[in-house]
Amino acid sequence: MANAPFERVVAAHGPTVLRVCRALLSPQDADDAWAETFLAALRAYRELPVDANVQAWLVTIAHRKSIDLLRARARRPVPVADLPDRSSTLGLTPEPTDELWAAVRALPDRQRHAVVHHHVAGLPYREVAEIVGGTPEAVRRAAADGIKSLLHTLSDPLPAVPEGARP
Amino acid sequence: MTVDVESALLAARPTDPAILVELHRRLAAAAHDQGLLDVAYRTIDSPLGSLLLAATRVGVIRIAFAVQGHERALDELAQRVGPRILADTRALDGAARELDEYFAGRRRAFDLPLDHRLTSGFRADVLAQLPRIGYGETASYADVARAAGHPRAVRAVGSACGANPLPIVVPCHRVVRSDGTTGGYAGGAEAKRVLLTLESSNA
Repeated sequence: MANAPFERVVAAHGPTVLRVCRALLSPQDADDAWAETFLAALRAYRELPVDANVQAWLVTIAHRKSIDLLRARARRPVPVADLPDRSSTLGLTPEPTDELWAAVRALPDRQRHAVVHHHVAGLPYREVAEIVGGTPEAVRRAAADGIKSLLHTLSDPLPAVPEGARP
Repeated sequence: MTVDVESALLAARPTDPAILVELHRRLAAAAHDQGLLDVAYRTIDSPLGSLLLAATRVGVIRIAFAVQGHERALDELAQRVGPRILADTRALDGAARELDEYFAGRRRAFDLPLDHRLTSGFRADVLAQLPRIGYGETASYADVARAAGHPRAVRAVGSACGANPLPIVVPCHRVVRSDGTTGGYAGGAEAKRVLLTLESSNA
């Protein structure tokens, strides 16, 4: 048995990986991380065991790519012209989840990764622990702390959760 | 409250599906440029319905009719060629254009690099005979069996034609029964009639 055509992997997991990247990085960096994640996955796809957990595998790659991109950003300051400018988005419809993603991105690393990999990618704590290190219990605590912190950030002065983001 | 943030995180999606389309396009272009793909594919609309076109770096390897199941054809390619398969229109522009011209009656022969690795042995010998049957002409299964050096293998010629991975371009539709009826076709008997009618009216 060979693995399924890679196109099906992109179709099935592309949206989730993009949400993970958007929660970890700025929109521009998120798009780069998405493309680099799937290119790296494509490169390794022949050797992926047929029974592998594809979603956990992709989130692991996206996790590493996002750390690489954040490190590269830290070394190379963003030019002022690229800084997001609130007034320049006038007339555009902001993403309903922009505030939420911004709050997630502001979390400390451990909490951010725990929250994103568990709540955004939907991986169980055991699998998140394999990606970020530590015990599943420590990951669970980091995620809970992250959620608490998000609640605090989003409750005032911003609305807690955009109405349209509710399922 | 806690539940709300958690469900918002799980439900949050980039609002614009065009973002994923654009990201996919960039992925396919980079994969193509870096030689990472086993197979690139696209579909085209034709008078015979939707056609799947698939190519390796060597050339076009598979053309499949909708009735054969495009996903099934892609599964077979993953199995036999490799699973690094992406939709990528750019890689198949030439094939799509030549097929469009053919269906419009403006092209009588294809000038495309082909990858014949899906066929071997006797079936490859049979399919190698088919380009000698000219546009607008037909030959019988018995004729092709003789030409392939196996005059008694008439049924085997029929199954070789039925398993042709490159229909239309390798013209198995020009092989008909000795009694003049069209015989079977992987794309359905009606598709075969459409092709033969197209060619006889433009010959």
